[in-house]
Amino acid sequence: MAGERIGAWGRGKRPLRINVFDEFRRQYAWQIRELGFMVRLLGRNPSAVAGFAIIAGMVAMALAAPVLAPFNPIQISLGDRLLPPGGAHWFGTDELGRDILTRVMYGARISLWIGVIVVVIAGGLGAVIGAVSGYLGRRFDDLIMRVMDVILSFPPLVLAMALAAALGPSLNNAILAVAFVMIPKFARMVRGEALAVKEKQFIAAARASGAGSLWIVWHHVLPNCLSSVIVLGTLILGETILIAASLSFIGLGAQPPTPEWGAMISVGRKFLMDQWWYATFPGVFILVTVIGFNIFGDALRDVLDPRIRR
Amino acid sequence: MSGPNEPLLEVRDLAVQFFTYQGTVRALEGVSLSVARGEIMGLVGETGCGKSVLARSVLRLIADPPGKITAGAIRFKGRDLLTLSRREMRRIRGNEISMIFQEPMSSLNPVFTVGSQMLEVVALHQAVGREEGRRICVEMLRQVKMPDAEQVLAKYPHELSGGMRQRVMIAMELSCRPDLLLADEPTTALDVTVQAQVLAILEGLTRQRGVAVLFISHDLGVIAQLCDRVAVMYAGGIIETAPAGAIFAAPRHPYTRGLLHAIPRIAARQESLAVIPGSVPSLVDPPPGCRFHPRCAERFFPCDRVVPPFYEPAPGHRVACHLHAGEEGRRSWERS
Repeated sequence: MAGERIGAWGRGKRPLRINVFDEFRRQYAWQIRELGFMVRLLGRNPSAVAGFAIIAGMVAMALAAPVLAPFNPIQISLGDRLLPPGGAHWFGTDELGRDILTRVMYGARISLWIGVIVVVIAGGLGAVIGAVSGYLGRRFDDLIMRVMDVILSFPPLVLAMALAAALGPSLNNAILAVAFVMIPKFARMVRGEALAVKEKQFIAAARASGAGSLWIVWHHVLPNCLSSVIVLGTLILGETILIAASLSFIGLGAQPPTPEWGAMISVGRKFLMDQWWYATFPGVFILVTVIGFNIFGDALRDVLDPRIRR
Repeated sequence: MSGPNEPLLEVRDLAVQFFTYQGTVRALEGVSLSVARGEIMGLVGETGCGKSVLARSVLRLIADPPGKITAGAIRFKGRDLLTLSRREMRRIRGNEISMIFQEPMSSLNPVFTVGSQMLEVVALHQAVGREEGRRICVEMLRQVKMPDAEQVLAKYPHELSGGMRQRVMIAMELSCRPDLLLADEPTTALDVTVQAQVLAILEGLTRQRGVAVLFISHDLGVIAQLCDRVAVMYAGGIIETAPAGAIFAAPRHPYTRGLLHAIPRIAARQESLAVIPGSVPSLVDPPPGCRFHPRCAERFFPCDRVVPPFYEPAPGHRVACHLHAGEEGRRSWERS
């Protein structure tokens, strides 16, 4: 639909009839052009395509799990316990006779959901903290950044573990713990951007026309940092999934019978010698998902950064 | 309190210092200036003489640290701006005093459309709905003679030319009906032809609305064309203030004369350009006495010792130079 207009720099003849769609296209013509341009750049980048394909595949699998999955993920069927891959059970079954393929598919829902929620919470809070800190500067900045340094000085997994353990083992607490650990990464980056943006003249102009500091942060600083937050968010999504799976692995995240990848590996570990498939398939999915987010994030950074763009 | 004869803006003995690693930069010292209602006041001087610092001080936009207003008073409509709270100051900015900057390229936020930025400014100062705000924006753009005002609202800053952007800024800053507009070299970054257009729009709108302007420039031609009165700055201080006609017809300060002399004339054949010898002194360690004396061809004994006060050789024409001292002044040097 209207593909030929996307990315065209000249303004063609406008259609005479006016409908909501045309109105939208006209109003956001620049964004659509920019988006089309970005998509084409990403399309030319093989690792972006590969990363995007992986992410899209995972998302599709997660969304379609209830339809596609051959079995019920928590239905115990002791007669089928620990079957090797093949036949009805492509990835084999676990010690309670549940289909591992089914559980892996449902696990994608949980892992991706955790990743998205964590990035939204950490990215949102981190961006606001970083922008305010960078814009206000001085003692406030010093204070906030030292607090962020303290959080950063712990290995993220260790701190997330400690927090999750303190809050009590549950999926929601694990999400909060991981989000907390990720906040400084966003805060530091956005602060750096804010320091650059605040020297721009439109900030001085806004101040000269009577805008308050927080208003400027919200209307001028944050929107200018948005593209970096998106890139960092994509990169951090992969890391988040890994940490969340680790928490579940040691029993601090998702609780049984939830089909979570980390938790599955944790139980499957006991059977690794004789039933290799139990821990291997969830592990492979974690690996592939994290790699997918990482290479897509890297490619996105290349495309969004006009200095690297060619 | 603010009678009809009182100036709209009165800066008295203002001093601004910047505390840097190289030492304390005395960016402004003992600066006094007044702007009457509806008057266009020019402020000329070389780069780095403190013109922009003066304009920013009026809005209290000096970055602190490293800068600080260390002395003086800035009276606006009878109130001293330096004693106002931050909240009161915010209400003054944009509503009563607004400012246009030199670089039209970076005065607009690149990630928003012109319309959304103008709407923000309108919404910040006036309680109006979206439709009403939009109507005001279009009206404002029409007043700065913007073609296709409706379409311009939907555009991003990078889609506009420099002159268009500066006109958008003028429209934005005048939308809140300020009484005083600080224009910090608004046309320096523009082509000469565009510059003339923008100046004509600026002058037309401000005269029509009775907005006073403090117009900063280093372009004497622009100042001559536009301003009612002119103040000349040198190395952090004002050295001469006079009606625009007088300063060009009969400059009193040797520096002003040097500046005017340095304008190349097309009619006269010149082998080389006239210059003022030497360079602008460091403001960390300014010369004693008159700050211009090391470069002045007409210096005599008091110049390197006594800071010259203002003399008034003609009505409304004030100059800080010992050459214009009367008997009284001469006696005071002999005492020191």
